[in-house]
Amino acid sequence: MSGWQTLFYKEVLRFWKVSFQTVAAPVLTALLYLMIFGHVLEDHVKVYDSIAYTAFLVPGLVMMSVLQNSFANSSSSLIQSKIMGSLVFVLLTPLSHWSWFVAYVGSSIARGLAVGSGVLLVTALFVRPQFAAPLWILVFALMGAGMLGALGLIAGLWAEKFDQMAAFQNFIIMPMTFLSGVFYSIHSLPAFWQGVSRLNPFFYMIDGFRYGFFGVSDVSPWVSLAVVASAFLVVSGIAVNLLRIGYKIRN
Amino acid sequence: MPAISFQSVSKTYATARGEFKALSDVSLDIQQGEFFGLLGPNGAGKTTLISILAGLVRASSGRVLVNGHDVQADYAEARRQLGIVPQELVFDPFFTVREALRIQSGYFGVKNNEAWIDELLENLGLADKATSNMRQLSGGMKRRVLVAQALVHKPPVIVLDEPTAGVDVELRQTLWQFVARLNRQGHTVLLTTHYLEEAEALCGRIAMLKAGRIVALDRTSELLKAASSNVLRFKTEGHQLPPELAAKARVTGRIVQLPAHDANEIEGYLAAIRQAGLRVEDVEIRRADLEDVFLDVMAEQKKEVLAT
Repeated sequence: MSGWQTLFYKEVLRFWKVSFQTVAAPVLTALLYLMIFGHVLEDHVKVYDSIAYTAFLVPGLVMMSVLQNSFANSSSSLIQSKIMGSLVFVLLTPLSHWSWFVAYVGSSIARGLAVGSGVLLVTALFVRPQFAAPLWILVFALMGAGMLGALGLIAGLWAEKFDQMAAFQNFIIMPMTFLSGVFYSIHSLPAFWQGVSRLNPFFYMIDGFRYGFFGVSDVSPWVSLAVVASAFLVVSGIAVNLLRIGYKIRN
Repeated sequence: MPAISFQSVSKTYATARGEFKALSDVSLDIQQGEFFGLLGPNGAGKTTLISILAGLVRASSGRVLVNGHDVQADYAEARRQLGIVPQELVFDPFFTVREALRIQSGYFGVKNNEAWIDELLENLGLADKATSNMRQLSGGMKRRVLVAQALVHKPPVIVLDEPTAGVDVELRQTLWQFVARLNRQGHTVLLTTHYLEEAEALCGRIAMLKAGRIVALDRTSELLKAASSNVLRFKTEGHQLPPELAAKARVTGRIVQLPAHDANEIEGYLAAIRQAGLRVEDVEIRRADLEDVFLDVMAEQKKEVLAT
């Protein structure tokens, strides 16, 4: 294995060794959401004419799990190894900033997809999934996971303490995920909040991802692709640059 | 070409109380195959200097080369040449000893490294811990793994930053035998330590650092020669030393040590003791060691600072 492959492998091994906590637990959480919200709201909420609410909910939950776990992977790995001091083992190596980026973001995508597949598999026991356009599903899952992996990298470099990381997660990642249309279509919102939702790149990830399942969405999947790809490029650009200058890791 | 070349290296940190100059214009060449000691009190700048060499800290000015490779401009090649044992006892809690070594080897792109990993485990007394998780190891064992991790890519230049701080006698012996062997095989070794006895026994050349400056740099034998050649050592019971002795003496509890260049000086000391009516016991004259040199150099620096 070359240098970046080793770092990628190490990062995957890191979450895989504690997969009960890093993969099984978020799958269970998503299942609870489905059972509770699906059960309570099934007869009250109608999003698209042809789709039951529980079925509508599944892609949102899958994407939410992908996004949160991709973020958690790179961010928690970095903050832990910064605080434990073990990041020095990587800092002393000849790995370039590109190698760091590819390995940390790649392993975040791996964890996001592992959890997302788990959620899809488990919810399939309750709701039979449809796959109208599988390629869109894959494209949005990869890009969403990649963007959140890169965002986790930025947060992991920036945060010096666990509570700063928790703040980043609770005040930025969680609201943006929940207010992106995981549980509803933005068409059910008042005009003002529809406008606000359209400023949230997470909305396009979930909407485009959902298009892959049902072939219907709030906005065109091409628009979503353009927004998500641009957001991914911007966040990646920032992450690569912070790694290049050694932001908070090389004095 | 020197193995390590520090060229006018300065480092200034911005702190809440203003700027702090950790290193001032440090220049130093360490030749291929040397066993070199870097000594100095806490806060002298040793770790900053090593961190700059390692690429963990950037110098404010000046440059550092490892086997001709600039640690900033050509960092990948410079880091391949370097094996650094960090001072802090750090470890990755997710992995076993062997996994940690395989991963470290992989970062450097070294393939099929099992034979060397086995040799490292064997030589550092870690063979029976290979499958233990890092968390289960004692402090001394973790220190051994740090040494193995630093050597896993067979670096020509080895840097040990306080490797024996707080470790038992057995590990110190094992470690020094192993490092001395690597040095005989041609590896350059740079060592910082608080144990001056170790530095005296191992290092061919020594630099002393104080307040970010090099205050002494010479062959260990020359440094020892330049210092007072002998030391008069005795124990005394709680009496005041005469002022002419107190000014020169190093007192540790009941033990008093006085530097002496020749027999006359020793006679003078003894006369002063007799005159003061001091009761002394266990009187001996010993050869000066590196600790005496170190204290001399540090004391001279203090005087110079006071004079300017």
